[in-house]
Amino acid sequence: MNTSALIMMLTVWLLVFGFTAYFFIRVLVGDHREKKNGLKENTNNH
Amino acid sequence: MITMEKHVQHDFLPKKVESWGSRVGLVLAMAGNAVGFGNFLRFPVQAVQNGGGAFIIPYLVCLVILGFPLLLIEWSAGRYGGQFGHHSTPFILRRMDNRAIWMYIGVFGIFSNVAIASYYCYMESWTMSYVYHSLAGTFHGMTQNRVAEFFNDYLDLNISTTGIPFEALLFFILCLALNTWILSRGLSGGVEKASKIGVPLLIVFGIFLAVKGISMKAGQQGAVNDGITGLNFLWTPHFDSLTNPKVWLAAAGQIFFTLSVGMGSIQCYASYLKKNEDIATNAFSAGFMNEFVEVILGGSIIIPIAIGYFGVDKVVELTGLGGLGLGFRTMPFLFENWGPVMAALAGVAFFGLLFFAGITSSLAMGTPVVSFLRDEFGWKRKSAALGFGILIFILGMPTVLFFKQGVFDEYDYWSGTVSLFVFAMFESILFAWFFGLDKGWEEITRGSDIRVPVFFKYVLKYVTPVLLIVVFVASLIRPANDNWSLLSLKGWPLHNESIIAQLRHQGIGPNKDYFSKYYYAEFDGTITDILKKDGGTYLRLESGVKSLDYRVGGKQHLLVKKGDQVTAGTPLVEGRIINRVFFIDMARILLLSVFIGIAVLVFFAWRRNKVKYNQSI
Repeated sequence: MNTSALIMMLTVWLLVFGFTAYFFIRVLVGDHREKKNGLKENTNNH
Repeated sequence: MITMEKHVQHDFLPKKVESWGSRVGLVLAMAGNAVGFGNFLRFPVQAVQNGGGAFIIPYLVCLVILGFPLLLIEWSAGRYGGQFGHHSTPFILRRMDNRAIWMYIGVFGIFSNVAIASYYCYMESWTMSYVYHSLAGTFHGMTQNRVAEFFNDYLDLNISTTGIPFEALLFFILCLALNTWILSRGLSGGVEKASKIGVPLLIVFGIFLAVKGISMKAGQQGAVNDGITGLNFLWTPHFDSLTNPKVWLAAAGQIFFTLSVGMGSIQCYASYLKKNEDIATNAFSAGFMNEFVEVILGGSIIIPIAIGYFGVDKVVELTGLGGLGLGFRTMPFLFENWGPVMAALAGVAFFGLLFFAGITSSLAMGTPVVSFLRDEFGWKRKSAALGFGILIFILGMPTVLFFKQGVFDEYDYWSGTVSLFVFAMFESILFAWFFGLDKGWEEITRGSDIRVPVFFKYVLKYVTPVLLIVVFVASLIRPANDNWSLLSLKGWPLHNESIIAQLRHQGIGPNKDYFSKYYYAEFDGTITDILKKDGGTYLRLESGVKSLDYRVGGKQHLLVKKGDQVTAGTPLVEGRIINRVFFIDMARILLLSVFIGIAVLVFFAWRRNKVKYNQSI
């Protein structure tokens, strides 16, 4: 495999996989918290 | 202005509101909605045709400035409308701005789902059938031509590939029955459960096939190239393509279709969220899950395996026929090189993953229709699901009966492409300019676990609507050969796939009348076969990878023989001919009637519930 193709592929794969894992973990954590405590009341965190 | 609290307390809200069982279930359902056939069949073809690795650059740019903003718009609009008890776009949009026009623009959000489901469920049924044929070893010992021919035969109701009469129709009904049953089980008991099974399974199947494809070695099991050769070809960046508008339009189109935006299904799913539930994290999670399936898995199956056996040149030629050709006419033949057991496993995995990708999307198309009938006309869930199943059966029948006459492609073009762009364009304008971006931003960020970058606020207001308008206008006036330098004040030749050219039937070929005495050759080629099967005579015209099968009817007779070289316009058959253009126009009239029919239903629903609606505004 040529270097430019390898760099391109690995960079994109890493980015996509990283973001997918990150956001899905956030969802899992949020799900767990909501099941434990109910939907959070204080909604304005901005 | 009236606060949301006042709305949610109103009497007219349904007493028992359905909701999602869990956030994970919702995200998987949304990801299942987005992941479809296009992730495995369309994306790799687009990448090959538009600069390989460089295609991913405009693709990712469009994901950020078009894909994610539209996801945020649709998730927040859906959750907003859900507070008023609405789960379909006509009424969600009218809640966002109380002008009647938005309600009728919202009709696109029901129409697209109905029309797309009509041909999409048919495709889904092919995958069901191919899982069966892979297990039964039907493709064992077939040549590549025979596998391709098998697909043509399968789609022809006059021919049975198994001895079962009307096989394609049977699988279509089976598929519709399954969709209807799942929809009748409700949101958390049906759709969510199906997604929790379907999405992880399709990922497992995808990983299995990707590993098998990438690890292929030249010289083993008939392969002429390593699997890596395909990846190398797909990912080598041709940066010169970045200056080509065609590549950017293709990237915008791919992002648009892959995320299933502009359909009304995301709004419907999101409308079952509670007022303070997080939408930003969920939207990004579902969006990236779709990207994982598309970019990593979708890019590592078809192309590496096909290049492994055929080489780069042949695969480039095959991609000209689109992903469907590669998926159904070629892959079963390639899997056979892996031995009978592995071929069956790979066939089940490949068509199984397509089936799960399909059904999780078709369920998302059914939900807005079921919700519309329940919310606005008080139908029970089971009746509404059955109503959807019957409607899709009726509308899907023309695609089953007249597939080869172009009805399927016509449905796909107008409902699966044009309608989505039109709806997304208007909803982005509504969200940013009529609903108001401050209110919209509050909707997007309320309850969010993550901080949504403020950058998106400006993208939502200026970039996304403008980009959608540009893409839509470009689709209207797309020049021939995608050569944008042809544009001039004096006019320019249009691409056959541009909307204006489609309306004019440009490129339809020599058979341009509804009825005629002769059927003419549509391209230069050779009559490679004239065969009799299942009581009919079939003529095959071929040129390279292009082929055309014509069934010679009872009152028609052949004017050519096997081996004849013909040019476009040469009469092939004489008799009473009904040409493709007739079926195309009938399909258009049918689709237009469906749109008008839904608009009338929306109007009556509005009148029926007007008093209650006005009370709650």
